[in-house]
Amino acid sequence: MTAVATAPSSLTRSAGGLRGRRVLPGFNLTLGYTLVYLSLIVLIPLSALVLKSLTLTWDQFWVAISSPRVLASYRLTFGASLIAALVNVFAGLLVAWVLVRYRFPGKRIVDALVDLPFALPTAVAGISLTALLAGNGWIGQYLEPLGIQLAFNPNGVVIALIFIGLPFVVRTVQPVLEDTERELEEAAMSLGATRWQTFAHVIFPAIAPALLTGFAMAFARAIGEYGSVIFIAGNMPMVSEITPLIIIGKLEQYDVAGATAVAVVMLVMSFFMLLVINSLQSWQRKRSGAA
Amino acid sequence: MSGATSSIRRISTTEAPWVRWTLIGLALVFLLLFLVLPLAAVFAEALRKGLGAYLDGLREPDAWSAIRLTLITAAIAVPLNLVFGVSAAWCIAKYEFRGKAFLTTLVDLPFSISPVVAGLMYVLVFGAQGWLGPWLESHDIKIVFAVPGIVLATVFVTFPFIARELIPLMQAQGNEEEQAAIVLGASGWQTFWYVTLPNIKWGLIYGVILCNARAMGEFGAVSVVSGHIRGQTNTMPLHVEILYNEYQSVAAFAVASLLALLALVTLVIKSVAEWKHEREMKAASALPPEQPTSWVPPAGAVKEAS
Repeated sequence: MTAVATAPSSLTRSAGGLRGRRVLPGFNLTLGYTLVYLSLIVLIPLSALVLKSLTLTWDQFWVAISSPRVLASYRLTFGASLIAALVNVFAGLLVAWVLVRYRFPGKRIVDALVDLPFALPTAVAGISLTALLAGNGWIGQYLEPLGIQLAFNPNGVVIALIFIGLPFVVRTVQPVLEDTERELEEAAMSLGATRWQTFAHVIFPAIAPALLTGFAMAFARAIGEYGSVIFIAGNMPMVSEITPLIIIGKLEQYDVAGATAVAVVMLVMSFFMLLVINSLQSWQRKRSGAA
Repeated sequence: MSGATSSIRRISTTEAPWVRWTLIGLALVFLLLFLVLPLAAVFAEALRKGLGAYLDGLREPDAWSAIRLTLITAAIAVPLNLVFGVSAAWCIAKYEFRGKAFLTTLVDLPFSISPVVAGLMYVLVFGAQGWLGPWLESHDIKIVFAVPGIVLATVFVTFPFIARELIPLMQAQGNEEEQAAIVLGASGWQTFWYVTLPNIKWGLIYGVILCNARAMGEFGAVSVVSGHIRGQTNTMPLHVEILYNEYQSVAAFAVASLLALLALVTLVIKSVAEWKHEREMKAASALPPEQPTSWVPPAGAVKEAS
């Protein structure tokens, strides 16, 4: 016992050997419960969606997912999500940088406030952004005379998605920025680099994986977002109708098969994004492990 | 000595003051426009016609039944996901087994599925044309377009919150303390209650509070399965939508203001939990390092020696 305690290397080795017979109880119980609950809540309903889509013929499926109105909704959903996620990369990096590197009054409150889009129900965000940006709103009244319309068109979709995605970028970049080694920056400075060069060649490469992960998460969330968007979008077919709304519309017309087909397209996209995020995260872990 | 190095560090790795304040200013303006103004607008719109109109909006019986349904839904969904979250975190963080990475991905899955698609999945299982639809109908059980459907959709959407908070936390804490407790004769349940739970309590609170906020605020998934029956299957967010679409702006924002308050309370509790957790971690790391082999003399012996 004491021999193990004095030599940490032998401790880890013996722990590896012990893994065969588990000391902690409850593995079968917790794993069993986890699998049953996961199957009931997620996997069985998910398979219902996939199996339902298999009852469609290929032609039915193709017609449902490629009508002009649906294609326009893909363009809007992906385009707006992409723009919003890109804006969030810059804004999120700026906010994370300011929160990690600088001191200013009210910093704690600002830090807490960043999570607001996680905590505020999306429908509330939707109606309040609409109230702000509509022609008689606090912001809208100044923009309308200039001919800028931000509500009830695709601009509104982008703004709602920026709101929804912001914390994803900030909260992924923030911890990585906190962990970057100041010594490397000092070394760069002492070798004659300007502050901008240090940022571009020392800091940025260190946080790039986290930034990309945040981008992917914000993008993935934006694609599926519904509540905040429908109030501000105006929901005009072919112009400002997002894909989740197409699914709801088909359901309301009792076109369950069509709704399922479009949902499968969204599901495939979600799985793809999940795969991208997972590989980005393991890249990030490898990076920080190597550093 | 340490003061000198830290002042050198400050000089060498920060920006000129004007750059610093420009960046702070830009960040604050962005947050003001995108976070503070929408939050303030909710309350301003709700109180636009005075406190009386605000309270009238909240006194409506339909608003009350929406509040009640939202509370019931959260009261069922959060405990279910709490038990699941602890159970999933225990088996994923404490053990090594094949397929663990895959299981972790599956736990995260509901986060990446659009809420609308999630709602549709439940319609396909329980709806009239769904798998169980005919059987449910013949037994006169309503799930979709009724309260059980709303609860199920909410459970789905908030499924990963607590598990995802606990898994990294329990992984970072390792198994040593629990193993020591077991070796010393504690039962598995005692070990969890007295060793694991105190270690994870702040993470647990954090997860529960975020799960609760999402459960009360979920819109997309619930909207698909609810059927929008006023006074019966309307949660608070759905009620907000109905009022808003009927141009009852003040009433809509009055109910929305309750949800915004919920969000603010959530942020406060979350910050406190984070802050407490940080302080405990700091206190633990400030403890003097222990000699692994040192023999601790009984209290009497120490007194004699001194």
